[in-house]
Amino acid sequence: MTMPDNPLLSIEGLTVSYGAVEAVRGIDLTVRRGEIVTLLGANGAGKSSTLNALVGLAPRKAKRMEFAGTDLTGLPPETIVRRGMTLVPEGRRVFSSLTVEENLMLGGAKHAARGNPAQVKADMLERFPILAERLHQKAGSLSGGEQQMLAIGRALMSSPDLLLLDEPSLGLAPQVVDRIFDLIGNLRDRGLTILLVEQNVAQSLEIADRGYVLANGRIELQGSAEALRSSPEIQDAYLGA
Amino acid sequence: MDIFLQQLLNALSLGGTYALLALGLAVVFSIIGLINFAHGELMTVTGYAVCFALIWGLPFPLAVIAGLAVAMTAAFLMERVAFRPVRGASGTTLLLTSFAVSAILRVLFQNLISARPIPVAIPASLSGVVTIGPLHLGMIQLISIIVTLAMLLGLNLFLHRTMAGRAMRAAAEDFAVLRLMGLRANSVVATAFAISGLLAGVAGVLWVAQRGSVDPLMGALPVLKAFIAAIIGGLGSLSGAVAGGFLLGFIEVILQAYLPESLLPYRDAFAILLVITVLLFRPQGLLARKTLVKL
Repeated sequence: MTMPDNPLLSIEGLTVSYGAVEAVRGIDLTVRRGEIVTLLGANGAGKSSTLNALVGLAPRKAKRMEFAGTDLTGLPPETIVRRGMTLVPEGRRVFSSLTVEENLMLGGAKHAARGNPAQVKADMLERFPILAERLHQKAGSLSGGEQQMLAIGRALMSSPDLLLLDEPSLGLAPQVVDRIFDLIGNLRDRGLTILLVEQNVAQSLEIADRGYVLANGRIELQGSAEALRSSPEIQDAYLGA
Repeated sequence: MDIFLQQLLNALSLGGTYALLALGLAVVFSIIGLINFAHGELMTVTGYAVCFALIWGLPFPLAVIAGLAVAMTAAFLMERVAFRPVRGASGTTLLLTSFAVSAILRVLFQNLISARPIPVAIPASLSGVVTIGPLHLGMIQLISIIVTLAMLLGLNLFLHRTMAGRAMRAAAEDFAVLRLMGLRANSVVATAFAISGLLAGVAGVLWVAQRGSVDPLMGALPVLKAFIAAIIGGLGSLSGAVAGGFLLGFIEVILQAYLPESLLPYRDAFAILLVITVLLFRPQGLLARKTLVKL
């Protein structure tokens, strides 16, 4: 199923610095088509910085940074997103004074070339009936879980090949978290490739194919989800076995 | 009562101009966190454009269109040349840049055109007085009220019914995430400046039509008033800017009408005193909104 020689995303020596502070210190990262790859680590390990750097929202340097065969170096976020990689940012960040429908419209505004936004929207509303019910409400009036679905829906409007998800379960009730993880699995089954940053280590490793563990801006551990689950480091630090 | 109604119409006309200017400031501020003190020079440039277009023999409506086109182009160029290189810099840097642009333009007007006011040939049909029942209203005042309301309505439709307008509202909330929608930061900012130029242009035409002349410092005072109006309303809030503009116009007109003659020279001081009072109780402005300025 995977093509090891031709990864969708391939990063070498990525560093992210904010002034004198180095948040990510030279990491290598590969994501293959159809995979869910998860990025784990403590608060401040550099997970969000990595995702922001990939889409061009954080100041970045890399030896090599390729997505679907194109070099990402120096490209602004809007161009990267149009090439098919997008981010659902931490804290959802829906446009709260705009309606649900307007949020979705903006998500598909520039992507007629990648997919048919009207068709994507129809699919989306079928998948998220709650959004269909709330189409004309302000996004700020939705519950946290609904906002997360809207944030994911808005990102999907661009018909991406690779979806970066930053802490999608943050601050949500356990049942809602389960639904978000179901949804992520669902999206993968429909052919989407996903790079997932999560604090919920157990559930992430259940759904992921592979994972990386970041600590202090470096990759400390990597491997298949299965191997990570049973590794003593993960067991001790995150799974409390 | 009639006198009060009469004053109310005067206030609508003056406040409307302040509202248009304040709105122009707010549109830009809400997106890139810049208070553009060169906004007044956009008014002035419009005035000169209308003036020269009339001298060259263009009919008045065409001269107005030329003036508005020049205002939008000037705003667009201002962004491209002066503000884009410092985008994302600190608020102080942005503010100083806008003062510099303003100062440079004034000197250019003084040296290349004239330091003295140049008369503008406003058509006689605009200087008439309209009588509605007991009320007397200058034709230009009436036009300025109608034009202001039309502009506000038009801007509202643009912001809510077009994709570019939705993008601008979204940009005011969260610029970084808007870029994740695949929308170019530069074109959203350019649109904001073009709109602010159009608003300054319309205000400039109305201002010149009432005064009948243009001079290099013409934009200074109204834009200062508009700045105050935007602050009262809550910087970055578009409806706040409009409310602040009308409120300031109302306060000025009422003070003008009802202050005893010996105190009239202090009219602006009283107006500003009221502004200070508003800000003492609502330092964030009347209709403040959370502004996120992130790039």
